[in-house]
Amino acid sequence: MTTTRTTRPARPGGRPGGVGRLARALPMPAGAGLARMLVERNITSFRHGWIALVTGFAEPVFYLFSLGIGIGALVRTVTTDSGMTVTYPQFVAPALLAASAMNGAVMDSTFNVFFKLKYAKLYDAVLATPMGPRDVAVGEISWSLIRGGMYSAAFLVVALLAGAVRSWWALLALPAAIFIGFAFAAVGMFATTFMRSWVDFDYITLAIQPMFLFSATFFPLSTYPDALQWFVRLTPLYHGVALERALMLGDVGWGVLAHVGYLVVLGVLGVVGASRRLERLLLS
Amino acid sequence: MSGDDEILLRARGLTKTFGDFTAVDGIDFAVRKGECFGFLGPNGAGKSSTMRMVGCVSPVTSGELRLFDLDPATDGPAIRARLGSCPQRDTLDEELTVQENLWIYGRYFGLSRKEVRSRATELLDFAQLTERAGDKVEPLSGGMKRRLTIARSLINSPEILLLDEPTTGLDPQARHVLWDRLFRLKRSGVTLVLTTHYMDEAEQLCDRLVVMDHGRIVAEGSPRQLIDQHSTREVLELRFDADDHHGHADAVAGIGDRVEVLPDRLLVYADDGDAAAAQVHARGVQPLSSLVRRSTLEDVFLTLTGRTLVD
Repeated sequence: MTTTRTTRPARPGGRPGGVGRLARALPMPAGAGLARMLVERNITSFRHGWIALVTGFAEPVFYLFSLGIGIGALVRTVTTDSGMTVTYPQFVAPALLAASAMNGAVMDSTFNVFFKLKYAKLYDAVLATPMGPRDVAVGEISWSLIRGGMYSAAFLVVALLAGAVRSWWALLALPAAIFIGFAFAAVGMFATTFMRSWVDFDYITLAIQPMFLFSATFFPLSTYPDALQWFVRLTPLYHGVALERALMLGDVGWGVLAHVGYLVVLGVLGVVGASRRLERLLLS
Repeated sequence: MSGDDEILLRARGLTKTFGDFTAVDGIDFAVRKGECFGFLGPNGAGKSSTMRMVGCVSPVTSGELRLFDLDPATDGPAIRARLGSCPQRDTLDEELTVQENLWIYGRYFGLSRKEVRSRATELLDFAQLTERAGDKVEPLSGGMKRRLTIARSLINSPEILLLDEPTTGLDPQARHVLWDRLFRLKRSGVTLVLTTHYMDEAEQLCDRLVVMDHGRIVAEGSPRQLIDQHSTREVLELRFDADDHHGHADAVAGIGDRVEVLPDRLLVYADDGDAAAAQVHARGVQPLSSLVRRSTLEDVFLTLTGRTLVD
């Protein structure tokens, strides 16, 4: 089967955000610069089911209180990988923020997108309009970031009240959470285009759970054997956790840029991959 | 219809293959502004593949396709902005209400909020769904959903409306309501392109149509022309008390122009059906029932392909 891939500049009049502009520099299927309309669709749909917003917010807060208070009573202080000594809630809160940004993004871009793709046939209807596969990918991922951003902001407020924030750098923890969401939403959506049925979602759980447990989330990286440390350093959530921890503890060095770079590259590859796969699946 | 009417859609040697399978095999057709043009054929004839290419959601394998003189390969979004598309299966947004479906779909075309709202009010009226505006889509009847799908496809005031099997799966009453809405659209100047495997639908709606079989066009013309060219004026249908009607074909051979054997009946093609029935009677042949009717597009299809449309 031959698939014609058209690489064309976005149409004038479209207002692509940073993601859209970056995406245009890469070989991407056509879009019409209308990704924001899919975001509007999701907001409209979400108004009917706003209860989902509450559950997405509650999860990391429950973790913070159960682990922070529970384990915090047993473990007075923790020495971070960069040598800072902090309380356990201060240690674990940034990691929970990163993990919840990951979870939110993955849930949205896998389960929700799969349902829209296979059952609701939403994108079939969307692609009959001027919108293209790139608009679908950018629109869904943007929505996931908006939603994830709201959860992260609420979590930060709770963390601040719980005394788990030590620095003004923490203001940047919100944009950092959005970078984490971007990377995971884009890769999640790409992975979803390969899913044949709900059974395949076990692979997602298989990838997410170990990352959640071993990305220096609950213990410093130094507690792991050397070989495992190197492996953990290659995984995306580790970079998210390290980034959030540096910002929320005010322990900022040039290394944070490397973490951001890792997440952005992963996200861009995910957007390009997801757009191409959508084109192959839906515009055959 | 005069030959110099503006042509909105033209295909030459249009071909679509999926691997080794050729779904559309080099077809030529042209659709003029304001007409209702139909693709008639059985399931698997290549109608939907053709419609997807015309709707710019499926790349052309080879041949030429132009809509509004634009090429879908390079101007897909610009063409789709001027098309309305009503797919075979409803793809309504079940997470939204009836009117939100229209608003949001209009936004996909880049229309302003103000514009989609006023347009949606008109279209809800057109689709006779004003009372259901705030309801969810899911509980609507099949006919209502279809009307909403058509209303949605009109949100951008399209110049061409594509309808893939618009009344498949609807009950007779809902079909008539839908046909009435499509007539109104046609009268208001919208060009309609539709596929169907119902000959009555093609006869009701189409000014001109092509008959498709195995990815090819086997005949083209108005419903009347096709019947005149490929069938007799009338048909005598004979049913016998037999599992196999082939045995009875010999008994009526030579009556009318031609005899077609179907699993459940014989069709005797004759310009005067009553005269043919009298001849059958005179030979002493005793069918269970006999019926004289006018030729339809179904007979055209049978003559051209040796098969029935809906099996």
